[in-house]
Amino acid sequence: MNVAATQIDPAPVASAFDAVRARLPGTESVTERRQASFDAYASKGLPNRRIEDWKYTDLRVLMREVLPLAAAPDQAALQRAGTALAHLATRDTTKLVLVDGVFAPSLSDLAGHEAAVEIRSLAEVLRDDGNGNRADLLNINASADAMISLNAAMATDGVLITVADGASVGRPIHIVHVATQSKAATYSRSFLKLGSAARATFVESFVAAEGAAAYQANDAVVIWLGDGAELQHVRLMEDALDAINISTAVFTVGAKAKLNTFNLTSGGGVSRYQGFVSIGGEGAHVATNGVNLLKGTQHGDTTLVLNHLVPHCTSREVFRAVLDGRGHSVFQGRINVHQAAQKTDAKMMTRALLLSDEAEADNKPELEIFADDVTCGHGSTTGALDESLLFYLRARGLSEKDAQSLLIQAFIGEAIESIADDGLRDLAIAAGERWLEARS
Amino acid sequence: MALLEVKNLQVRVEEREILHGLTLSVNAGEVHAIMGPNGSGKSTLSHVIAGKPGYEVTGGEILFKGEDLLEMAPDMRAAKGVFLAFQYPVEIPGVATMTFLRTALNAQRKARGEGEFSTPDFLKKVREVAASLGIPQEMLRRGVNVGFSGGEKKRNEVLQMALFQPSLCILDEMDSGLDIDALRVAADGVNKLRSPDRAMVVITHYQRLLDYIVPDVVHVMSKGRVVKSGGKELALELEATGYAQYADAAA
Repeated sequence: MNVAATQIDPAPVASAFDAVRARLPGTESVTERRQASFDAYASKGLPNRRIEDWKYTDLRVLMREVLPLAAAPDQAALQRAGTALAHLATRDTTKLVLVDGVFAPSLSDLAGHEAAVEIRSLAEVLRDDGNGNRADLLNINASADAMISLNAAMATDGVLITVADGASVGRPIHIVHVATQSKAATYSRSFLKLGSAARATFVESFVAAEGAAAYQANDAVVIWLGDGAELQHVRLMEDALDAINISTAVFTVGAKAKLNTFNLTSGGGVSRYQGFVSIGGEGAHVATNGVNLLKGTQHGDTTLVLNHLVPHCTSREVFRAVLDGRGHSVFQGRINVHQAAQKTDAKMMTRALLLSDEAEADNKPELEIFADDVTCGHGSTTGALDESLLFYLRARGLSEKDAQSLLIQAFIGEAIESIADDGLRDLAIAAGERWLEARS
Repeated sequence: MALLEVKNLQVRVEEREILHGLTLSVNAGEVHAIMGPNGSGKSTLSHVIAGKPGYEVTGGEILFKGEDLLEMAPDMRAAKGVFLAFQYPVEIPGVATMTFLRTALNAQRKARGEGEFSTPDFLKKVREVAASLGIPQEMLRRGVNVGFSGGEKKRNEVLQMALFQPSLCILDEMDSGLDIDALRVAADGVNKLRSPDRAMVVITHYQRLLDYIVPDVVHVMSKGRVVKSGGKELALELEATGYAQYADAAA
């Protein structure tokens, strides 16, 4: 593995950046920001196990190289993406479609969305002459992570969504990432800003069009909740099983705001979903829940960093992993309670279910507490399906697979049930069922 | 042809032989009681008939409706009409009782090549049976057996029996942990299911249960064999004399 690491030569990547920089939207300060971000990435290279945050997900081994930037989607690609969308069984949502990291207005629902919601594409904003100073959109301060830097350098497109103060948006806003290409990399970055006392639901789906294989997706989403805002966020990652998905989500939560975020990873050969939540206003409540469903040789990493910065906030974190074959799940949950954050009430529970002897679960819950009057706790378990429950179900007529499926659904149910919206909960349940169906 | 034929059954758990050549024949329409002291192999017999893993059959056979039961997976046995009412029904958090009942019934029907029950028909049927057993609707929405009392768990077993309509019911120590009132309710439910097409094997340590579910035949098991069979009066006799004489007879 050391040999592989030392063989990485940043030069081809650097020349790849030079080759595509003209295609990347933005001028002046934006271009400078991209270059600085790329330099930051190039100086570090792919994250590896010597970097504590990436200990279990060594991209020098798992990813090895950064693929060339995907070409902008042509008519044929859009058509294939359209077919993939038709297969996406979702209820009534406002769909904003990114094909290979490029916003596709022709596939998106731009006409019907509510007046309180403003939607623009990132490329449009960065290209706009009056927006030469929008280099801030390429800044993410939550982490000095090489993959976030790479995303800032290469982000081709994304959507900026703004929900007006006090607005209550009924229809879920739904970003759908469709990959159509093979052996290419896509970079997208999106933004969601909820005004004070605004309410919305936000869904992200990652899917592959037929024939798309071995691609790399690097996505970032930056979300703000104004004071008193309420957001239900559901992310479903069902990328191709040989794809790589590295995604970052950054949440800033205002006073008395409520954030409920749920992630389900069942796709991708190698994936990392890293969430950074900052609770910056008193009286806020955050629920972060997640499920990894992995089989074959899938490697799925869910890393969540929760920062309690102010007093009187609560957070709940429930994570479940179900692992079959040689599936490898990583869960890193870190809760930082800053000195000022008295009366914080934070709990984290992670459980892994191993369906095979070769599956692996790494759980790393961490609490770092600098305040002295808090209620914090975490727990972690790893185990197999209970044989006595399996026999009971089989004695009642369920096949081995059906009995397992029922128990697995119950196991992940606790995380999925946290989704308040019935329709979105059904979407997550359906994604879980697709994984169970595909288990051989 | 008997509904259930157990012939010279020998069963091991790990290295220890528990059943040493057990023979038992049960006809449709009959209720058999199997009595015996702790450790005589009563529960082992019920587990082997239902197909619980962890038992090694080293000799003999079990025929059900003339078919080799030991060749069938537990779910196939259920679909063919074998039902084991568990001594200790398990709790399954996260699986609603109603979902479990529907999934199980439809799995059995599918295995038999029958169509799935329509939801309204199913709900009506479940509500009817639940009401007759005094099972509140609220319990059906809870996780399977989660937070149920001992009596409620046993009534839930009888509820399943009534829904699935099996042709062979094995009741493993149904009276354990029940007070007289709870026992009477469960036993009434069982008695309603007595039918010329159905056989029941009632496994119990105490005669008390047989006051409520009156058997046609009583077998006494000791040390892994049936050592005596007779009519229902045999149970009363045992109540008076205890199992000691049979322990000697089998030794």
